Amino acid sequence: MSMEATAKTDSLVAAHGLGKTFTGSIKALIDIDVDIDAGEFVSIVGPSGCGKSTLLKMIAGLVTPTQGTLSIAGLAPLEARHQRQDLAYIFQDATLLPWRTVEKNVALPLELAGKDNAQVADRVTEVLHMVGLDGFARAYPRHLSGGMRMRVSIARALVTQPGLLLLDEPFAALDEITRQRLNEELLRLWEEHGWTGLFVTHNVYEAVFLSQRILVMSDRPGRLLADIAVPFPTPRPANLRDTPEFVHLASEVSRQLRGTSP
Amino acid sequence: MNTLSRLFSSIFPPLLFFVCAVLLWHLGVELFDIKPFLLPSPLRVAAALKTHITALLNATWLTGTGALCGFLLSFAAGFCISLLFSQSRLIERSLYPYAIFLQTVPIVAIAPLIILWIGHGFYGVVAVSFIISLFPIIANTTTGLTSVGQDLLDLFALNNATRWQILFKLRVPHAVPNMLTGAKISSGLSVIGAIVGEFFAGYGTEHFGLGYLIILTNGQVKTDYLFACIFFCTLLGWAIFTSINVLSKFLLIRWTGVD
Repeated sequence: MSMEATAKTDSLVAAHGLGKTFTGSIKALIDIDVDIDAGEFVSIVGPSGCGKSTLLKMIAGLVTPTQGTLSIAGLAPLEARHQRQDLAYIFQDATLLPWRTVEKNVALPLELAGKDNAQVADRVTEVLHMVGLDGFARAYPRHLSGGMRMRVSIARALVTQPGLLLLDEPFAALDEITRQRLNEELLRLWEEHGWTGLFVTHNVYEAVFLSQRILVMSDRPGRLLADIAVPFPTPRPANLRDTPEFVHLASEVSRQLRGTSP
Repeated sequence: MNTLSRLFSSIFPPLLFFVCAVLLWHLGVELFDIKPFLLPSPLRVAAALKTHITALLNATWLTGTGALCGFLLSFAAGFCISLLFSQSRLIERSLYPYAIFLQTVPIVAIAPLIILWIGHGFYGVVAVSFIISLFPIIANTTTGLTSVGQDLLDLFALNNATRWQILFKLRVPHAVPNMLTGAKISSGLSVIGAIVGEFFAGYGTEHFGLGYLIILTNGQVKTDYLFACIFFCTLLGWAIFTSINVLSKFLLIRWTGVD
């Protein structure tokens, strides 16, 4: 399955005719064709329940596809996850372990990989600084606000220096101001570190602000409706959101999205 | 100062109730002229308590040791059994009904059998206490180990965690609050188990626990002495439950950083 895909493309993520039917013949995704190059930031927008999270989980090797092919750097998703070890995932919920302090939460991926303590401590301090959480290393998650917990979650994802970052509606539960601020920081981190980002959201403005490309998906069963390029150069200032070009593109994505549901 | 007044306000109302209840009891016994072998007055109970204090303290110590051993054994065994259950649905499904058996069988019904197998004396008492306090540990710990959210399991899978890492870095810490709940329930039961065990497995006339003393004083119609025994049983149960409760609160604070 991966052999064929390797022959066709050298994209980081390559899906061809990809589909997922859950038991009870519930079709979540149909006929998805996507190629994502290394270093791209791509958003997937679609209505709730359209299977965008399922797509992300298939790329992470957590859900197995039922139709078509999917490869990550020429490997099957599960192989890629085991061999490359450069995948990180950010969930909608911060998914922190309540019995661990911030630093211990961030250190978890390194600890699971068996890295030695001195290295871990330095790296943890570094990423906590990156996400603006200096001074909170010893705090417990329940002392933090929702936005800060999400920063911890981002730090935990970045601590392994991943090549591919999958983000599953990470800011959906946050207030608008916090969401915008975290969008700006996420974009800055992407510019600085050059990982490949795959960002699932149902917020059009967030998608336009962050991505280089937006994939619009239909209502369940999810199909790919449009592949829209976002031409704005980086770095993108916060007030890009106020420009006519931005607003125009956002309404174009909205229009495509609305066309999906009757 | 503040904590002192708070302590006072939490101790004072139940203490006042206690004094009133004892007074009422005393007046009732005097007023209706109740026979001492039916209901001795608090003064008689206090006198019996004073007379037999050495025997009572020794008995309480012995019963307490039996209960504590039964409880600790059930905690260790229950934890191991739950680990096994969490690793295989098949094992859990095939054995869990028998674990429930431990809960539903009346302990008084099987205690003689256990004594028959284990023998009289300390080990028999510990065995009965162990069996009665095992189930709450298994039930609660298993729930904690298997109720970890899918996102957290995914997080560990994404980081290629091993089965052991998932067990000891995720499932076990996640189950700590449940384990403490189980321990609280079991601590009370372990005292009941030890006393019931002593009903059947008394140590003999020189060396005895509260259960044996209850049977003995009841047989001799020394109701005031029997009341003193019951008082010490309650005290013992309360002491074990409170220590586990305090320990559990302390651990939970350490665990989740609530202050």
